[in-house]
Amino acid sequence: MNPHDPPYRFWTGRRKEGLLGYTFASPWLLGFIVFGLYPMVMSLYYSMSRYDVLRIPEFIGVRNFSTLLFDDPYFWNAVWNTLFYTLLRTPLAIAGSLFIAVLVNNAVRGVRWFRTVYFLPSIVGGVVLSVLWLWIFNPEYGLLNAFLNLVGIKGPLWLQSPEWSKPSLVLMSLWSIGGGRMIVFLAALQNVPPELYEVVDLDGGGWWRKFYHVTLPMISPVLFLWFIIEVIFGFQVFTEAYVMTKGGPLNSTMFYNLYLYYKAFDDFDMGYASALAWLLLLLSLVITLAQFKIGRFWVYYESERK
Amino acid sequence: MLLYATLTLLAVVFIVPFLWVVSTSLKGNEQIFAVPPRWIPETFHFENYATIFERMPFLLYLRNSLFVTGLSIIGIVGSSSLVAYAFACLRWPGRDTFFLIILATMMLPMQVTMIPVFVLFKELGWLNTFKPLVVPAFFGGGAFNIFLLRQFFLGIPRDLADAARIDGCSEFRIYWNIMLPLAKPALATVAILTFMFSWNDFLGPLIYLSDKMKGTLALGLSMFVGQYATEWALLMAASVLMMIPMILLFFFFQRYFIQGFTMSGIKG
Repeated sequence: MNPHDPPYRFWTGRRKEGLLGYTFASPWLLGFIVFGLYPMVMSLYYSMSRYDVLRIPEFIGVRNFSTLLFDDPYFWNAVWNTLFYTLLRTPLAIAGSLFIAVLVNNAVRGVRWFRTVYFLPSIVGGVVLSVLWLWIFNPEYGLLNAFLNLVGIKGPLWLQSPEWSKPSLVLMSLWSIGGGRMIVFLAALQNVPPELYEVVDLDGGGWWRKFYHVTLPMISPVLFLWFIIEVIFGFQVFTEAYVMTKGGPLNSTMFYNLYLYYKAFDDFDMGYASALAWLLLLLSLVITLAQFKIGRFWVYYESERK
Repeated sequence: MLLYATLTLLAVVFIVPFLWVVSTSLKGNEQIFAVPPRWIPETFHFENYATIFERMPFLLYLRNSLFVTGLSIIGIVGSSSLVAYAFACLRWPGRDTFFLIILATMMLPMQVTMIPVFVLFKELGWLNTFKPLVVPAFFGGGAFNIFLLRQFFLGIPRDLADAARIDGCSEFRIYWNIMLPLAKPALATVAILTFMFSWNDFLGPLIYLSDKMKGTLALGLSMFVGQYATEWALLMAASVLMMIPMILLFFFFQRYFIQGFTMSGIKG
């Protein structure tokens, strides 16, 4: 042994494991700092500056925020559009996926094939989806209005109408209710103990009793999680609006994320766009907290015994 | 029975848009603007597909998409499995707090980091390259993937790793030779989901790729829409071409798609 060696080894046991833990986790730790923490701090700084990427940011305090909130009708329009879209889409999407999951949760022959068909629309991707439905929504020659004509209804202008543009996008998003969300719900349904349903049978209850008093409470944690997820994703709607309508007609599909994008990459008003981003973060937090508060009334957790 | 009727009706409703798209893609312009529309084209215009290749550098975009997606998969599978190993199999100070942070980041709207990250890439001179789309994949690979893999690793009995440790095996070799092979189903799922996300990614290429020659398929199709706004046959044909890889992938690896969502549903 070399006399200069330390009398004991430093990196052993728990210390070594600790070091190894950090080493293995380092890609994420680095990524979190570089692509997470640092940008968040910087975007807060930008939000309080005038910044066009060419010159250095110029600090202007809360001017961006005050303009946004008090002087910018487009901002409130974007908030309204996004809220409308999200609040319309979320319950429909969740109910739709749940409905499909319940249907598919029957061990009938060929159900796998049905599940595949239902899943397919969810994998095509945003741009392809947008192009497809741009054609389906075409008022003169598209599939939807052709079908409505068959039953004697004159279809609306869909994406070309300020009143129908947002509902059109919601309708389009419902095409993929058989996707990943449905699979998660299906798994949740299959995790409900069958004994609970037997109890309802013994009591002489029918399918509604089973659904309302057993199924819903038992899967409510999953539903709760997805309400939160869907709202957050709803706020990020971008591709469909960009490809299909560019925010029109009459700014009826100018969603928050789209407005932010135009401010940042068309106007290069990075400060303003960053302020938009931070307001969105706050809004998301508030809505998520509200959902947690409301959740206490309807979400049932197995581990809680009253 | 009623169940089959409902299932079938729904299946028809979900499939019809696909059929409509393919039908349109094979029509000539006169047939497209016919009212009422016909399902089977009178004459099949297969040459519409050939026209795509003339009007758009489809193969180039395909190559670019494959490049970006391929590298992303390598980066994400590699780094998220490393990180998941740390969270599942090693003890280190702050681990549980950091895991909560990972969960929290899943709820973060990406707009908050989008602009400074863009500025960062600009300062690095990486604008108009594929680097911004690929490099972040190597840094942890996404909170969801870490979460998924961690859950999976947690399900593997400790004894295997412990036995190897007693034998003097290094942690990395345990990770590489024991854990990874056992985690193949989960890794496959992460790879498939990453493929889907990267292949369909639009905003990323939109803000980072300005050179027409560097576009991905997603970007290419959106530019095509701008240029050929009313040539529906071409638009539909291009869309069909773009859908094919995803649909093929799905039919071959359906199991892993489904698995990915089932696994994430297990409350951890």
